[in-house]
Amino acid sequence: MKWLKVIGLVLLVVLAGLQFFPTGSNQSTTVPSSDFVKTHKVPERLAQMLYTSCYNCHSNNTNYPWYSRVQPVGWLLENHIHKGKEDLNFSEFGAYSSRKQQSKLKSMISQVEDGEMPLASYTFIHRKARLSAEDRENLVDYLKTIQE
Amino acid sequence: MILLSLALVSWGAFAQHDHSKMDSKMTNKSMVQASVKVNRSQSASIIIDNYLALKDALVKEDSKNAASSGKKLFDAFAKFDISAQTKQQQKELSEIIEDASEHAEHISENSGNIGHQREHFEILSKDIKDLIIITGSDRTLYQAFCPMYNNNEGGAWLSTSKEIKNPYFGNKMLKCGSVQQEISVK
Repeated sequence: MKWLKVIGLVLLVVLAGLQFFPTGSNQSTTVPSSDFVKTHKVPERLAQMLYTSCYNCHSNNTNYPWYSRVQPVGWLLENHIHKGKEDLNFSEFGAYSSRKQQSKLKSMISQVEDGEMPLASYTFIHRKARLSAEDRENLVDYLKTIQE
Repeated sequence: MILLSLALVSWGAFAQHDHSKMDSKMTNKSMVQASVKVNRSQSASIIIDNYLALKDALVKEDSKNAASSGKKLFDAFAKFDISAQTKQQQKELSEIIEDASEHAEHISENSGNIGHQREHFEILSKDIKDLIIITGSDRTLYQAFCPMYNNNEGGAWLSTSKEIKNPYFGNKMLKCGSVQQEISVK
């Protein structure tokens, strides 16, 4: 049974070693003028919905939970944030071309309507980020008013 | 039980809709000219080739080939040379290509999810049309429109033929749609 202890020890060492790798820092203290909520003067209640359910992965400012400092969880989070921002970044939305803005709006509406977003893995942990059927309807109705 | 089956059957009979009257329901957001002329040019040939291959794959419900055509299209956009255009056109073109590339990329990353690929294809089709208005084309194209796609919001696509083969529904509703515009070469 000694090999079991050896494996366990190796794993522990590896896990401890991983913690020395830096975690992400997607944070900024200022809200740029290109921010979606600013440029479209989004109503307060809907803005809060976006902040809670979307902005952690889709903006330049993530509210990191304590466990994000633990690897490999930190990496998983950074991966989500990186991909999220690539696909849609609310902080930079106002700087997108009009064509790109319209494309993104269509995608947003479709993903929220279909229940694809926010990600189930995200809302599983972040209960407040869950969108009820009514929330989705309100959000989609609002986004449709911005569509051309 | 009998009543239920009767109800179902009569509902089924009503649900078969008549496509011949669909033309008059052709609502899209802007009035479309019956025909436009564009410059003769080979510059967008590869883009058009790969777009049409993507379209054909969607008609055949072939999500895997749609994804690979999407990748080829994405690569073609990356290599596309806009330097021959005027400054104003270059700005417009780079915005079109930026948007179209993203849609091509999403299509290439969604093999197995044809619904999602079709969503991106719809916007991509508009981008490609806008692109060739500026760059010109090497062949006559037809813009067709299906009013039923996406909860009756409709969706358009480009084809080299006037024959309707619907990429949004495939063989579920192959002939739904009609030609809106002919894009011919000067």
